[in-house]
Amino acid sequence: MHKESELRPPLILGDKTWHDITEDVCRPVESKANKWWWLAFSVSSAALLWWIISVSYTLGTGLGVWGLNKTVGWAWDITNFVWWVGIGHAGTLISAILLLFRQKWRLSINRSAEAMTIFAVICAATFIVSHMGRPWVGYWPLPLANQFGSLWVNFNSPLVWDVFAISTYFSVSLVFWYTGLIPDFAVIRDRAKTKMSKRIYTILSFGWVGSAKNWQRFEEVSLVLAGLSTPLVLSVHSVVSMDFATSVIPGWHTTIFPPYFVAGAIFSGFAMVQTLLIIVRKVLNLEDYITIYHIDMMNRIILITGSIVGVAYITEFFIAWYSGVEYEQYAFINRATGPYWWAYWSMMTCNVITPQLFWSSKLRENVFATFIISIFVNVGMWFERFVIIVTSLHRDYIPSSWAMYHPTWVEAGIYIGSIGLFFTCFLIFARVFPVIAMSELKTIIKSSSEGEKKKAAKHSNKSESHA
Amino acid sequence: MEKRYWKGVEELNNTPEFVRLRDNEFFEHLPVDEVLNRKAASDSSTTRRDFLKFLGFSVAAASLAACEAPVKKAIPYVVKPEEVTLGIPNYYASTYYDGTDYCSVLVKTREGRPIKIEGNELSSITKGGTNARVQASVLSLYDSARLAGPLAGKKKAEWTAIDAEITKKLADASASGKKIAIVSSSIASPSAKKIVADFIAKYPTAKLVTYDAVSSYGIVKGNEMSFGKAVVPSYRFDNAEVILSFGADFLSSWLSPIEFSRQYGVGRKLRDGKKSMSRHIQVESALSLAGSNADARYKVKPSEQSASVAAVYNKVAALAGGSSVSAGASPIDAAAGKIAAELWAAKGKSVVISGSNDPNEQVLVNAINSMLGNYGSTINLDVTSNLQSSNDAAVAELLGEMNAGQVGAVIFWNTNPVYSMPDAKAFTAALAKVSCKISLADREDETASNCDYVCPDHHWLESWGDVEPYKGYFTLSQPTIRPLFSTRQGAESLMKWAGAAQADYYTYLRDFWAAAIYPMQSAMTSFDAFWTKSLQDGVFETAVAGTGAAAFVGNVSDAASKLMKPSAGTDVILYQKTGLGNGNQANNPWLQELPDPISKVCWDNYFAILPSYADKLKVTQGNVIEVKVGNVSIKGPVLLQPAMADNTIAVAVGYGRTNVGKAGNGVGFNAYPFASLTNGAFSYVAAGATVAKTVDEDITLAATQTHHTMMGREIVKETTLSSWLKDAKAGNPDVLIESPYGPKTPEKLDLWATTANPEHEKPNHNWGLGIDLNACIGCGACVVACNAENNVPVVGKDEIGRAREMHWIRIDRYYTSDTTKENAKEKGLGKLSMYGEMEKPAADNPEVFFQPVMCQHCNHAPCETVCPVAATTHSSEGLNMMAYNRCVGTRYCANNCPYKVRRFNWFKYSDNEQFPYNMQDQLGKMVLNPDVVVRSRGVMEKCSMCVQRIQYGKLEAKKAGRRPGDGEIKTACAQSCPTNAIVFGDYNDKNSEVNKLLADPRSYHLLAEINVQPSVFYQTKVRNKEEGHA
Repeated sequence: MHKESELRPPLILGDKTWHDITEDVCRPVESKANKWWWLAFSVSSAALLWWIISVSYTLGTGLGVWGLNKTVGWAWDITNFVWWVGIGHAGTLISAILLLFRQKWRLSINRSAEAMTIFAVICAATFIVSHMGRPWVGYWPLPLANQFGSLWVNFNSPLVWDVFAISTYFSVSLVFWYTGLIPDFAVIRDRAKTKMSKRIYTILSFGWVGSAKNWQRFEEVSLVLAGLSTPLVLSVHSVVSMDFATSVIPGWHTTIFPPYFVAGAIFSGFAMVQTLLIIVRKVLNLEDYITIYHIDMMNRIILITGSIVGVAYITEFFIAWYSGVEYEQYAFINRATGPYWWAYWSMMTCNVITPQLFWSSKLRENVFATFIISIFVNVGMWFERFVIIVTSLHRDYIPSSWAMYHPTWVEAGIYIGSIGLFFTCFLIFARVFPVIAMSELKTIIKSSSEGEKKKAAKHSNKSESHA
Repeated sequence: MEKRYWKGVEELNNTPEFVRLRDNEFFEHLPVDEVLNRKAASDSSTTRRDFLKFLGFSVAAASLAACEAPVKKAIPYVVKPEEVTLGIPNYYASTYYDGTDYCSVLVKTREGRPIKIEGNELSSITKGGTNARVQASVLSLYDSARLAGPLAGKKKAEWTAIDAEITKKLADASASGKKIAIVSSSIASPSAKKIVADFIAKYPTAKLVTYDAVSSYGIVKGNEMSFGKAVVPSYRFDNAEVILSFGADFLSSWLSPIEFSRQYGVGRKLRDGKKSMSRHIQVESALSLAGSNADARYKVKPSEQSASVAAVYNKVAALAGGSSVSAGASPIDAAAGKIAAELWAAKGKSVVISGSNDPNEQVLVNAINSMLGNYGSTINLDVTSNLQSSNDAAVAELLGEMNAGQVGAVIFWNTNPVYSMPDAKAFTAALAKVSCKISLADREDETASNCDYVCPDHHWLESWGDVEPYKGYFTLSQPTIRPLFSTRQGAESLMKWAGAAQADYYTYLRDFWAAAIYPMQSAMTSFDAFWTKSLQDGVFETAVAGTGAAAFVGNVSDAASKLMKPSAGTDVILYQKTGLGNGNQANNPWLQELPDPISKVCWDNYFAILPSYADKLKVTQGNVIEVKVGNVSIKGPVLLQPAMADNTIAVAVGYGRTNVGKAGNGVGFNAYPFASLTNGAFSYVAAGATVAKTVDEDITLAATQTHHTMMGREIVKETTLSSWLKDAKAGNPDVLIESPYGPKTPEKLDLWATTANPEHEKPNHNWGLGIDLNACIGCGACVVACNAENNVPVVGKDEIGRAREMHWIRIDRYYTSDTTKENAKEKGLGKLSMYGEMEKPAADNPEVFFQPVMCQHCNHAPCETVCPVAATTHSSEGLNMMAYNRCVGTRYCANNCPYKVRRFNWFKYSDNEQFPYNMQDQLGKMVLNPDVVVRSRGVMEKCSMCVQRIQYGKLEAKKAGRRPGDGEIKTACAQSCPTNAIVFGDYNDKNSEVNKLLADPRSYHLLAEINVQPSVFYQTKVRNKEEGHA
């Protein structure tokens, strides 16, 4: 077993035994939901209902019920799509890249982060479908064999690349997530008291017996999937960024977009993980597992990626000036000073200024401050996409076509409703799935838990005194 | 003895067996009891459950069958009419004349339905040009607000009964010595004039009162005072080197705008080695279409216009050695000398016109023209116009007679005075005193609803007719469809009541032509041949004797003393919009949705005022103000309009109809009450208005363009004539991009395609459009023509306000700004504030630019690469195509279009009650072009470069075994253009017009720097002015 220095902060607080971990993680699944859960669930299902109403109204009447027009063909729809896809990125980064880098602190948070990824991608996918003029033929961008003649998709189109990127991302993330869940499902299965839950978790756990061979395969699959997911962390948002970067619209046509979008995605993803886990650790009493150390680590990532994003914003301005292109220069001046200046400055404040507060370790380790800043980042990243999409489109080349975009209640309903969809899924997840990868977490109890470290410290003190 | 027949041998024999069977109704035993017996029923193999099963199945099957979409069968002709072939259009020559606009046209019919109006190139007057109103008039045919039959006392009636009643009443009125008035808009039809004469012969107390909603009586009267000839002369703007217009919008509404636009275009074009162009000076109050095309524009208040004419008169008189007149100070006193000098330099080759209806002002204008020797060259007093013959004095007289109870019957023909008279209330009151009121309106309009009888006229596409627009120029109209309703041509109604011998108007017309017109020529010896040829050509033109000149005998000083005096207060001026004109087609949704060429506002009229004047009034766009002139007070929204004269309010007539139909009722407000009958002529100018802001809720004006300047971008390239003469590429230098190999044109920096190795091969044709911005006057005829040709839906004011108009071609209008990139530094503006300032049009007197923009059919199309499903692709003929059926509606193509020409179907625009326009009812749908798909909800659409017309032209050529000739195929926009500003052709044809134009140094591609390689190009706008001067 890997020996870890006692000086390193423990990853599991309290004198936790293996059994304690099982109890703590299984408790939410096995006990009844508290009133806080029900309250949250009611609110998010109400929002989900609004989503259903808004989407049905759109499908029944036409996209005209949104605020789009001849000049601004995308607005909240694609803003929300990119926002949700970006949010998903933290999960994959945590479970894949941090796994390859053997970062043990990921183990307390990877399960929820991956769940977040799955749900965020589902939310994103709803916007792909609902933004289409004819969603009933929404499968046409898939390269399916068909009876329409020799019709094939247009492989030149970044939207087709999107289809591949998002669907690959979703499937790999789902498999990765599920693989990790199997040993934990088996634990719940073994502890199940009712026939029904026993049957369900038996099916879900795929006959896991915890044998050495099981574990060996588990490790291998995890490694392979981590290897597969790692490029996805970088590629998915790169492809999404190409929706804009390959166009001719000033403010979209930018080579900096792929790295800029990936950094932004990780930035927003970690912010969303913070938002969620700060609530989850409190509501489900998991403070011992999701510790201040975890929060601090994630805040550091937010600080780094936030700074990258800030540099990207400034680079865009510099390049616009340096290029000498009339349209490009105007696009950026218009962002900062045009009719949508408030969106731009909201973005700058939330994404560039607030994360810089994390240079202070006091703030990084303050749960309340972290929560507030994470909300700021979520808002800021939404505005970033809004700024890129709407302010670039609304005033492009030909001034006669310049127009303003005003959202309608339907778009607001679909956006807020998608948050409802996300939280409904997440709340159900928190009640029926183990929110911490307990089987994996148990592997570090000997090396990284507070109890073991104390023991080891005692032991070493002893040996020192002997010496 | 009665014969007997037996049904058979049995009856003859009458056996007892036969008798028994005969008494039984049924020969065989019927097992009724057995069936009713319960036992028998229970024995039956069909149980109750089975029955229910069958019933259930049948009901389910029947319901399922009912779910299927109803099948509509298109049934081909059983007996095919000789001239109709399914899918092949027929063209008939005809004439559009509605009392103001005149146009010789070809009517395109498909399967017996007229669906499109095209200009008739055989007419030497309009030469194939049209305008928006003519183009849109085909939709008015399929207007469900038209009456389906005659009405007597608001109830449906029969023609025979109604004729008998009317004839009796007319005879009674005539017998009792009471007057009968035929109130008509200008009549330009010689046969109709004869019918009116017949009518007057039959009823001696009858008289014709010509009343146009917007009168040109001042010109008639002015010419009578000047030359002793009460006529409207003909004008030749193409012969004029200097055009000076005092408030006459001769490109949009004045006298004969289509004809004048055509002539004006000739003078403005710099093609085929022509190195000169006309110099156009406009002196006006509101920014008109003509004014926005002018080389120099001077602003005067409406009440100062007459003084301005006098100022120019004085300067010209000084040059000619005449005496001056005094008419008060005008703002152009300083510039008058320069204007006069320009006119004087172009003596005999200039033209001065005025839009005023004041005969005295017209006398001064005539005097100027006379001194300049323009009569006989640019103005002709012998080839006189019949298009405007309104007689304001007669209208005033009629009003008096009606009030005095001297009028026994009145017939309204193609006129609507209850709507358009300045004092409609007084007119209605006077009308009530007439015992027999007859309207020939096609609908129950404002006047018809006050009448006892409505005898609905045909639509012009259902009518026979002739027009003599100018003396010696004749055109014919012929019906292109059987009358849709039980209507009757107005001329035929009058003919019937006059007791004509002929059975119908067609016979009358033919007889008239045989007697009156046929003898005017000698080329043809048979009337039938002459008639057929005239009908086929649509026109018959003869030479008119006379030099066109006449000696000026008017009293200038007397006229000058009676001119309107400049007023210090606020003036109101009425004008006609390019779309709606005088309002007779207000129920036409195409015209309502045609953006005003200047303001770009649809579906409304408004009080247009100068922004700085609005600041003074503390109002802004959309605020409702109340404008009061005398005892007339009208409320309406404010529009901030640069280039207006200060202290002036311009407002369009033709709006605020109440009885015109669903689309037009209640759109805008009626501004005719601001007009007045002063000194025997209608005046469309009012001085001494007071303005008050109201607390009414703001009215949102829906405009298709909300940004008004070019922001320092080279969108419309411009230069001056003098610069262009020095350098043919003036204002249009090549776009060069810095590269490691030095400055290169964008095509040279392409990664993939080169000229030698293009991205798309175009072996056969390579279509393209060339647009001469010097010839485009911004009139919008192309927009309506495109709507008609391509089934473009009407979306209504609300959607326009959301920037969702569906027009495939738009005309961008830009104003110059006071701030330019060049002068920003001098003004001490930083980059940020510079752009802010550049957004503001120069409020005082900006220059105006028009630019038609449709899909540019890029050969490097940004839209094509981004479509995920390849719904938009490139054809081998250089067209950017849309497959509607394949479109999934991601709108990525529209976002990525640098020209923003793609249009998305946000809703289902056909069969949708939310959009109550022509695509909703069966009648309105008849105007749809069967060659073009009606797009469904959720798909993208855009200009196809009239691919169906290209295909038709190619097939016609193929059938004849040849290549399509240059100019044979024309897009709808090119065909409709009154100035021929749009040229369509094949780049692969080395001798094509479009290639010639492309090679011209003035040609450029819009946004060339992004190298999308459009198939459409533009030509630099040249203004005939000194660099840096007006």
